[in-house]
Amino acid sequence: MAKKIPEIPSASLADIAFMLLIFFLVTTTMDVDSGLERRLPQWVDPEQLEDDQQIKERNVFVVLVNRNNQLLVEGEYAQIDNLRERAKEFMANPTNDESLPEKEPQQIPYFGETMVTKGVISLRNDLDTQYGTYIAVQNELVAAINELRDELARDEFGEPYDELERDKQDAIRDVYPSRISEAEPKKVD
Amino acid sequence: MSKFKDTGKKEIPPISTASLPDIVFMLLFFFMVSTTMREVTYMVDITLPEATELSKLEKKSLVSYIYVGEPLKQYQSTFGVAPRIQLNDQFANVNDIQDYVIAEREARDEAERPMMITSLKVDENTKMGIVSDIKQELRKSAALHINYSSRQKVER
Repeated sequence: MAKKIPEIPSASLADIAFMLLIFFLVTTTMDVDSGLERRLPQWVDPEQLEDDQQIKERNVFVVLVNRNNQLLVEGEYAQIDNLRERAKEFMANPTNDESLPEKEPQQIPYFGETMVTKGVISLRNDLDTQYGTYIAVQNELVAAINELRDELARDEFGEPYDELERDKQDAIRDVYPSRISEAEPKKVD
Repeated sequence: MSKFKDTGKKEIPPISTASLPDIVFMLLFFFMVSTTMREVTYMVDITLPEATELSKLEKKSLVSYIYVGEPLKQYQSTFGVAPRIQLNDQFANVNDIQDYVIAEREARDEAERPMMITSLKVDENTKMGIVSDIKQELRKSAALHINYSSRQKVER
């Protein structure tokens, strides 16, 4: 008489399933590293560096941070709290002010011919500036540009910038380019 | 005659211990997973700065890390208290960064190399001098895409 093979007990199946579930739960909730994303400029040999790049005074927004973590914005003392507003005003120049940057017309998809600012934000820090302050300043400058883009996205497409399709985001990025130049640090008193 | 007659002493059945190994395995898995989260052991003390405009580092395999901060207590007798750079599991100098970037690049697929990101985990009390030096070295080794690691700022 053939022996019947006993059935494999399936009581522990639930436990195995739970184990897998917990495994995936744990692996997917690993906190993602986040931070301020920036792109460094291409390395240029100091000997080949020519200082022929002349940018008009009104087109540059100068932010200096000294070793005591104080801010000098366009030649006067400033607080970090006001920096975002001032950077926004500089990049947008809504009233076409003479002292704020020039604009030049450009063809941009979705917008047609648009006036695009020629403004550049220049950030320079001292060697003894604290990293925390530097990041706070960078953050405000990036935030200014992000806010401008978001406002434009809401006006034009009725949606926040983050939820737009890729080509619309590109168009908005063309209108408000992120031009933050980080000059090499010098001793700023 | 009652249908529900008490049939003498009823014993409480013992709790089954068959699932005990599973529970233990579960714990084991939990600890295994949670302890391998960091690739390196920190030898420097890092409090990240706060920021609001964060973007996430999504592809972990493309990220290489540079840590900067004061050495931990147990290393202070050897390395002092001035902020130092940590690459992988050892302290390094600014000059080592180029080699590190090249080594990291070699370890990746050819197709992935252009998308590599360098994450700078720097203590917020570090002076910018050392950070600028690192940035210059990164520019020299053409690792231009960087990420200043920071915490989400809590609005108060």
